[in-house]
Amino acid sequence: MSLLQIKGLTKQFGGLTAVNQVDISIRPKSITAIIGPNGAGKTTLFNLITGIYKPDKGSISLAGTSLLNRKPNQIAGLGIARTFQNIRLFKEMTALENILVGMHNHLTSNLFGTLFRLPRVRLEEQNAAKHAYQLLETVHLADKCNELSKNLSYGEQRRLEIARALATKPKILFLDEPAAGMNPKETKELTDLITQIRNDFDLTIILIEHDMKLVMKISEEIIVLDYGQRIASGNPDEIRTNPRVIEAYLGKGAVS
Amino acid sequence: MIRMDKWIDTFQKNRTSQFIVLGLFILVSSASVYFLERSVTAFLLLLGSLLLLHYTHLTNRTKWIVGLLLLVVIIPLATSGGTSQQDYMEVAVQTGIYVAMALGLNIVVGFAGLLDLGFVAFFAIGAYTYGIFASPQATQLFHSDFFPLAGTWFWPFILIGGFMAAIFGILLGIPVLRVKGDYLAIVTLGFGEIIRIVFNNMDKPVNITNGAQGLSQIQQPEIFGFTFSLASQFYYIVIVILLVIIIGVQRLEHSKLGRSWKAIREDEIAAQSMGIPLVKTKLWAFALGASFSGMMGVVFSAKNMFVDPSSFTLIESITILVMVILGGMGSIPGVILGAAVISVLNLQILTEVTNFLTQNISIPDTLSPTKMQRLIFGVILVLIAVYRPKGLITAKAKQYDPAKLAEQPISDK
Repeated sequence: MSLLQIKGLTKQFGGLTAVNQVDISIRPKSITAIIGPNGAGKTTLFNLITGIYKPDKGSISLAGTSLLNRKPNQIAGLGIARTFQNIRLFKEMTALENILVGMHNHLTSNLFGTLFRLPRVRLEEQNAAKHAYQLLETVHLADKCNELSKNLSYGEQRRLEIARALATKPKILFLDEPAAGMNPKETKELTDLITQIRNDFDLTIILIEHDMKLVMKISEEIIVLDYGQRIASGNPDEIRTNPRVIEAYLGKGAVS
Repeated sequence: MIRMDKWIDTFQKNRTSQFIVLGLFILVSSASVYFLERSVTAFLLLLGSLLLLHYTHLTNRTKWIVGLLLLVVIIPLATSGGTSQQDYMEVAVQTGIYVAMALGLNIVVGFAGLLDLGFVAFFAIGAYTYGIFASPQATQLFHSDFFPLAGTWFWPFILIGGFMAAIFGILLGIPVLRVKGDYLAIVTLGFGEIIRIVFNNMDKPVNITNGAQGLSQIQQPEIFGFTFSLASQFYYIVIVILLVIIIGVQRLEHSKLGRSWKAIREDEIAAQSMGIPLVKTKLWAFALGASFSGMMGVVFSAKNMFVDPSSFTLIESITILVMVILGGMGSIPGVILGAAVISVLNLQILTEVTNFLTQNISIPDTLSPTKMQRLIFGVILVLIAVYRPKGLITAKAKQYDPAKLAEQPISDK
């Protein structure tokens, strides 16, 4: 039984077919990496699943529910959360507030309750702040809770984005190049963090990553895209030795 | 020199001494307003005590009490000394109206980041909502003796005016929110002008707004047989509405809705990916912001007993925007300060300087400072953009106490 089922997914930008007839099936609680050379269509694939782009053809379904023709906020409500390749934090808001925004769908206060500051709303706000703080502790940012997110370091911003995505209580977490721009030590910590949150939050994780050490270490399944097409999939060992993958990365002739 | 530093340091920590200095300041400035015959400087100092209050380290509760005392008791009393109380109060009422509108626009521009250049339209809608029904115009329109409505209807009409403005905010929002940034600014600018021109021309075929002549003989507010007619009486109506608005926006700012607005301002795509519905959240910003303007529109028409389209021109929208930018986008105390500075500048300082200049050196009428309003706004905007892009009082993020956050959440069941 697969949690996320993608069939024949296609997206064209003018004459360029960014994603071409891609089929993907993701098992629950797995860690899957999507790799491929630059321009292979990895981020486009993420944007299609999270509703930022509309696919031209194909189907996407999460546990049997179709994600087509839904807005990004509705897709988030169904249990898909993501981080972004070029960090998209709410810069002028504090780390804690960023996470509180992530909790949007799980807060019930309405305008009336807010304006009259009903006890129920106050309690909900207090509890939300405490839960947000716990999430910050998970990504080791608790001491930065009142810091504006734009003032955090690069690695901290990447971790805050993960925590913010976790605040939406997702079923699947999409990480778009989580290790980009990190030094080896930070990458190592991130690797541990990803495995840890998968276990603690019972998550399915799909990540795009160029750091092969990280990819080979944590992923159970790897999908390789090239020119918008899925050219291979399998466990790390199969991918490492797959001639088509080596060809895509290193060019023809590299195999022999 | 070292002793001076030490003294400043203790002063910054000592609430009692701050309280005493503030009290003295209020005493001196209010006494000078009371005893001097029409002194703008003294009046400005008295208003300045509110700003001083903002910067003291007193507890929030003390600040509210002192602030209320100043607004409700001290300022009306101090201005009652000479013959010019109504002049002062006129300025205070207009300032209050502008502060409310600036706080409304701050929701749209400051919190949600949607540039609106036609904000005065909502003020016009509030003003006309009351104006039509509370003037002989309604008698003509509906051929009924029930109209014009009596002055007691003013009170529910504050809410109705706000509600009507909110409806128009949503009506404007639905088509307009498809465009972003500069385009949004242009479309809202167009909307502001359309509303004014529609009011200007709705005298035929059916005379609804009485066109360019405007509506006159609008009923003054009345309660238990008491009629509000003087500026010093309207002052209290404005203060009450303003307090409700300030408490409202303060609560909104750090609520789920307030955070959603800021998230949209910071990054629409990320906000959507967190589950925030873009259109609905933006429409709330338009509706709530517009409603503040609408409420004050009702007060405006009741106070002047007259409305015509010429009060709702583009320069008014720009004035409100300048208030928000000068004060600090997204900062509630900043926007209040910005609105107060600009309206006092417009209503008092420019006229006073003009009087002074014409009395002492005869300057040509075309050079009088009151006619240079736009130039002065332009200069203010340029200076703010260069030196204080975040406004006079920068918006501050809410600070949480980590010790409290580390406690276990309380179950709400």
